[in-house]
Amino acid sequence: MSDFDIAQYKITDEPYYEQQSNEVSLYEAAYKRRLPVMIKGPTGCGKSRFIEHMAWKLQKPLITVACNEDMTASDLIGRYLLDSDGTRWLDGPLTVAARMGAICYLDEIVEARQDTTVVIHPLTDHRRTMPLDKKGELIEAHPDFQLVISYNPGYQSLMKDLKQSTKQRFVAMDFEYPETKVEVEIVAKEADLDNETAAKLVKIGKTARNLKGHGLDEGISTRLLVYAANLMSEGVEPAAACKMALVRPITDDVDIRSTLDHAVDTIFA
Amino acid sequence: MTPEEIQVYRDQLQCSFAQLENIFEDCINDALRQLSPQGVKDYLKGASLICMIGRGFEPVLVYLEEMPTVAHQVGEDALTLVSQTVWDMSRSPNGKAIPLFLDSIAEAARRLGSEDSFKHYIELIVEMMNDTSRSIHNNQNATIPSPGLPELLKQIPYLLSQLSLEGLKNWMAYGVRNYYMRPDYQASYFCLQSADSKAMLQRERHGTLFMDNERKLDAYLKALWDETEQFVPYSLGFDELRKPRPYYDNVGIRLPDVYDDKNNVPGIDRYRATIAHMAAHRRWTSPIIADNFSPFQRVGVELLEDSRVEYLAMQQYPGLRNILKALHPAPIEGDCEPQKESCILHRLAMLSRAILDADHGYQNPVIKEFVERFYAAMQQGESSPKEMASIAISFIAKTRLQSDQSPNIRFENTEVDYRDDNRHMWIFIEENDEAEDYDATRETKEQDIEVDGLPPRHYKEWDYRSSSYRPDWVSLYESLHPSGSAADIDKLLEKNSALAKRLKQILDTLKPQQYVRVRYQEEGSELDLDVAIRSLIDYKAGSQPDPRINMSHKHDGRDIAVMLLLDLSQSLNDIPDGCQQTILELSQEAVSLLAWAIEHLGDKFAIAGFSSNTRHEVRYQHIKGFTERWDDAVKARLAAIQAGYSTRMGAAMRHAAHYLEKQKADKKLLLVLTDGEPADIDTDDEQILIQDTHKAVQELDQDGIFTYCINLDPRADDYVKDIFGGQYSVIDHVDRLPEKLPKLFMSLTK
Repeated sequence: MSDFDIAQYKITDEPYYEQQSNEVSLYEAAYKRRLPVMIKGPTGCGKSRFIEHMAWKLQKPLITVACNEDMTASDLIGRYLLDSDGTRWLDGPLTVAARMGAICYLDEIVEARQDTTVVIHPLTDHRRTMPLDKKGELIEAHPDFQLVISYNPGYQSLMKDLKQSTKQRFVAMDFEYPETKVEVEIVAKEADLDNETAAKLVKIGKTARNLKGHGLDEGISTRLLVYAANLMSEGVEPAAACKMALVRPITDDVDIRSTLDHAVDTIFA
Repeated sequence: MTPEEIQVYRDQLQCSFAQLENIFEDCINDALRQLSPQGVKDYLKGASLICMIGRGFEPVLVYLEEMPTVAHQVGEDALTLVSQTVWDMSRSPNGKAIPLFLDSIAEAARRLGSEDSFKHYIELIVEMMNDTSRSIHNNQNATIPSPGLPELLKQIPYLLSQLSLEGLKNWMAYGVRNYYMRPDYQASYFCLQSADSKAMLQRERHGTLFMDNERKLDAYLKALWDETEQFVPYSLGFDELRKPRPYYDNVGIRLPDVYDDKNNVPGIDRYRATIAHMAAHRRWTSPIIADNFSPFQRVGVELLEDSRVEYLAMQQYPGLRNILKALHPAPIEGDCEPQKESCILHRLAMLSRAILDADHGYQNPVIKEFVERFYAAMQQGESSPKEMASIAISFIAKTRLQSDQSPNIRFENTEVDYRDDNRHMWIFIEENDEAEDYDATRETKEQDIEVDGLPPRHYKEWDYRSSSYRPDWVSLYESLHPSGSAADIDKLLEKNSALAKRLKQILDTLKPQQYVRVRYQEEGSELDLDVAIRSLIDYKAGSQPDPRINMSHKHDGRDIAVMLLLDLSQSLNDIPDGCQQTILELSQEAVSLLAWAIEHLGDKFAIAGFSSNTRHEVRYQHIKGFTERWDDAVKARLAAIQAGYSTRMGAAMRHAAHYLEKQKADKKLLLVLTDGEPADIDTDDEQILIQDTHKAVQELDQDGIFTYCINLDPRADDYVKDIFGGQYSVIDHVDRLPEKLPKLFMSLTK
């Protein structure tokens, strides 16, 4: 598999990331010892951005897999394909990462079925190997290889949870939406907006987050706030931008909408 | 006008009451001013007509005095319309209501303001009168006056202040429809005494109703203020003397049950403003000791504290200012004259307005000075109630006037209706030293009354004749069914052990297999080798290969919640033809077997029985809950079931559904086991309860609950289809019920 171009997975420009507390140094320590890392947090709070940032900082390639319910073990490991002269083996993303020494990032891991996630077990303990049973090969993970998974413990159903045996192979980091000051800075910087307006956006975000569990499954994420800020930088009216980027996407519930619309109106009066 | 001219008009009015001469001149002058010449003619003709009805002088007087203004407001056709209506009324048994009718006219015209609605109003009254005047024997001219009409006419001013004409029509129609046969109830409905009269009124009111918006307001409080608190609505409608104000205490936040739009602020925003104000108090106000302040000082302190928390709230939510500005009264400077009346409230309201609204335009230097002092205090940060108190006291001291003590206080334009009464703000150290309070300590604590069962729940009932719900019509009492001996049920099961064995075979095939393989999939998680090789062989052999060479897995679990509702009405004590047991005993047997079978399957299962004794007492008896096992306690309850009273099915189904709704299951099934149609002794039209039950089935269907009826009445075909659509079975041989019921359940859930 030497024909594989690892360069495409390298991150060249620094992704913007504002540190919330000491997560960067914690991650660096985990990486030094190649401990598998699990990142939890609500959607749009910066989990993926953080991993990108760390991959850039450590100068390692990053292979991201978005997990879903239909994903099978062979989607991670690899499979035989049929071609004109018989069969040909194709490495899956996890195998590629293990061979090349990349950081493999399994996004929203709980979306994958539990029997699928078991294939990562041998890579995540002291063995650091991966058996390709169909091919009859045992891969020793590259010394630089590290596995990172992320999930959002909040909105998924009871059915969707990791097995204990999977959970206990990771060190975990909890992410939350950044605190107000940091979030204002993030929103302002990402969208080139002045701090005062950004602070108002963050306040709307806060009101919606209060409603979590009271009609909303999830509050307004930092990502959506940045979207709204971007619209405003494009000259869209604040109220219209907020409704388009913050209110309409997250709920179809009339009562909640009217409450959030009202919040927008009172904050951007 | 010369006496001769007046005499010309007087001659047109054929009426010889002596009292008339005293007032005629005034009345005719008024009429000439407001009416056209033709109008004056009609006016005098109408008065002549009323003079002839033989009800004394009073109706004539009211007509003469009120009608010019009425005609001026709603058109001159009203003159003839009113006099003709009065004439018609006098020819009916309702003559006594004529003065009341005439009294209501002026108010109605003022409220309604247009010719069309006025005519409509008169039609409504006449219609109501005709509908409620009865005769002893049907098909005769009415001889008994309408019991509701006089009451209705007395309430008209209030009703019109609360309802639109459309709402009034609905409210009246409800009363006529439901209390046609009951004169006493009818009267209490139309004089707004009975509970459902108030409930109906509430439903028809204009404005923004609390109950329609409760969820929005909950969300508002949670989202913008990060608080959760119970809202307790109070009614503005029935407390005329003292208007209650919003407030909060340990029980919750009290809000009025309805807000009309005001100064272009929609009702919902008025609610929000009120909640914002109280939430701000809860966040920033800490109580202070009241004893050292005089009443005036307290009013002042409260006012400045109100302004302070609003100021802080507006720092957070600047948009609030527009709403508050629109709602806050704007007292006009110099409007209050200190020589005549006490201006204390006026002055304070001006101060409050000036703090809220920078463009207040007041010239009063003291007001200006204190606005500045307020803002200076707020510059320092959040400030505090104490600081507000000191500003307030110096304001009161500086502006004090002798006339402040006058009992004649000017209230106009001073009431800020979104503010609460600030009872949370004060700590009283001394109880109260006023004389009439000496017995306060003697207050004894009321004994908690031991309640038997749960408090009643009220359910609506569908009235098919008007296509509307009767709100809170049925009272349902839920209680735990008394227990008998569990051994009886075990005996029954033993008796049916052969049947049980056969059932068990069917049950085993129904049991969930958890993880099953789905083969022959075009796309799947894995290659199905057998099929793939076969396809490959076909391919190589040159024939069309089967592309479905993959397989996948899926979970196959049963996720059903079942509620069995037993009809326990009197008719269950009958012994059907060709049986030795009563239907009740057969049902008992059948239910035991079914419960045993369902327990075996592991589905969620509950049992309840119901019977009714008029709409005021629907009994709902709990036999087995979803979380209870099929054990001795449940069996004992089932062993003790007894039959009695009637079958009011709709309310029982709605109640059962509210339990079923809370279950987490893919499929929800409500089984109704009954031996006849819904009926009750207080309902003479049997279609009402049938249609209501049908409506209940539809409601349940919308909530994702599948209703199925097992009917033991051989004549059930006449009605059961109307109620349950296609979802029913009629069991002809009741003696085979124990066998049929579990089988039916299994085939339903296969």
